[in-house]
Amino acid sequence: MNFPAELKYTTNDEWIRVEGDSGVVGLTDYAQDQLSDIVYVEFSGAPGQQIAKGAGFASVESVKAAADVYMPVDGEILETNAQLPTQPESINSDPYGAAWLAKIKIRDATQLDGLMDAAAYEAFCQERQA
Amino acid sequence: MLKTIGVAEVSQLFAGIPAKARYPKLNLPEPLTEMEARGELESIAAANDSTYDLVSFLGAGAYSHYIPSGVDSILRRGEYYTAYTPYQPEISQGTLQAIFEYQSLIVALTGMEVSNASHYDGATALAEAVNMARVIQRGARKKVILSPGLHPQYRATVHTYEHGSDVQLLGEDLDLSAGPEALIELIDEDTSLVAVAYPDFFGRIYDYTALAAAAHAKGALLAVSVNPTALGLLRPPGEFGADIVTGEGQPLGIPLSFGGPYLGILATKQEYVRSLAGRLVGETLDNRGQRGYVLTLSTREQHIKREKASSNICTNQGLMMLAATVYTSLLGKQGLRQVAESCYHKAHYAAAQIGKLKGFSLAYGDTPFFHEFVVKAPLPAAELNRRLLERGIIGGYALGADYPGLEDCSLLAVTEVNSKEEIDFLVESLKEVSRG
Repeated sequence: MNFPAELKYTTNDEWIRVEGDSGVVGLTDYAQDQLSDIVYVEFSGAPGQQIAKGAGFASVESVKAAADVYMPVDGEILETNAQLPTQPESINSDPYGAAWLAKIKIRDATQLDGLMDAAAYEAFCQERQA
Repeated sequence: MLKTIGVAEVSQLFAGIPAKARYPKLNLPEPLTEMEARGELESIAAANDSTYDLVSFLGAGAYSHYIPSGVDSILRRGEYYTAYTPYQPEISQGTLQAIFEYQSLIVALTGMEVSNASHYDGATALAEAVNMARVIQRGARKKVILSPGLHPQYRATVHTYEHGSDVQLLGEDLDLSAGPEALIELIDEDTSLVAVAYPDFFGRIYDYTALAAAAHAKGALLAVSVNPTALGLLRPPGEFGADIVTGEGQPLGIPLSFGGPYLGILATKQEYVRSLAGRLVGETLDNRGQRGYVLTLSTREQHIKREKASSNICTNQGLMMLAATVYTSLLGKQGLRQVAESCYHKAHYAAAQIGKLKGFSLAYGDTPFFHEFVVKAPLPAAELNRRLLERGIIGGYALGADYPGLEDCSLLAVTEVNSKEEIDFLVESLKEVSRG
């Protein structure tokens, strides 16, 4: 299980990589492992949309479950990953790399302080595995 | 168990039920032996009139067709009698393959690309189509146009489904003589779905090509509720732009049996498969490369997707689905066409003869029809039917109850089971009973 140190994490198992006032958002290694084989990705949010922290902007389906992906912080969607609908399995193979879900413009950077760092998120995942 | 949940005695579990309702006197008769019970039930059953005893021209959504004996003999195989949901493909290949065959037949018949494993009946299927359209469009559109030519009970079911929702249902009060053009005028940017019947409740056949194009031009979907028998003869809805096809599968080898159980048909295009309501079977290969069948795309369903699913229904009408599959397979493409042609020609013969009678006329004589037509009589339909019944004829559907102002109109259905003699007898009887 991989928990990259440079990322921030949510309790809904999203990660965000902050780059200045924008960010890249995706699903964590733990999330893809729990979901098992991902077969479908659909975006409900589109570039230009303002989406509040905790609101859904995509849904992923695996062979056994369906899950929504939520915004880690308030922001505007700049881009969604056009590869994902045709290559949903890349979330399983490369959750922190090629399978990013959205690039966003962060509206309120102070919200990032409320997210977990890698160590806290790893502990949170272990707690749930117990 | 009582100790664990902290209750002293069983009766406390029923404390929430008012005392007077807890153990009501059931007022049952004395017990009977099996032989006596059978005799009593038979005498009760004998009071029923059925299409076996009488000549019937009643349709209105449920049709008397000949069912080849092969249908029943296959249905009666115990292996098919299970109520078990085929979640485990390793023990359900028979059921799963039957569903897959059914889906394939429905796809071929409707001109659609994917069919679900079936629904309860045609009314449910239409209501589910309305919900599907909303899911496909993410709830962005609020108007659903229902043709007044849809079965009144189907429309009532849609109203039940949409009770308390923000969906606005339009179109049902349009003039019954207005064709698809009148529906086109109602379509706007907020229209989610236009739903029509093919043939419609009155038996009429319309070309919906322009309606489909008009709906699509505004971003709306078109749902077409079909009689599958008619599709043996008519262009499939997939060819004129339908996005969803629903229908009542009862005419495909399912007996009238007092109105149910029947079979809901629901089919759509591949691009909408993730919004399709109900169960779905796919064909795949197992780990040894052998062909096998599995429930597929189950993440659409409510046990996984909860409130986001298109439908609360994850079941299907297994035995009825099998009956339709066996019936359609036995008849084949040509056989189904022959049944449809027979219905068409006999109904047209009947309509022509009745149209010639003094005082009778065809309400929509200028519109093409399949095997059902509206007759305007010189007396109220209810009275007409009472007099026909005295002669051993079940008359048409009296339209007044659903369509105020049409009290003197009957909807008559003719199928392949009605002989020329029966039709002539009907015509003769209509002549006699209308004399006073």
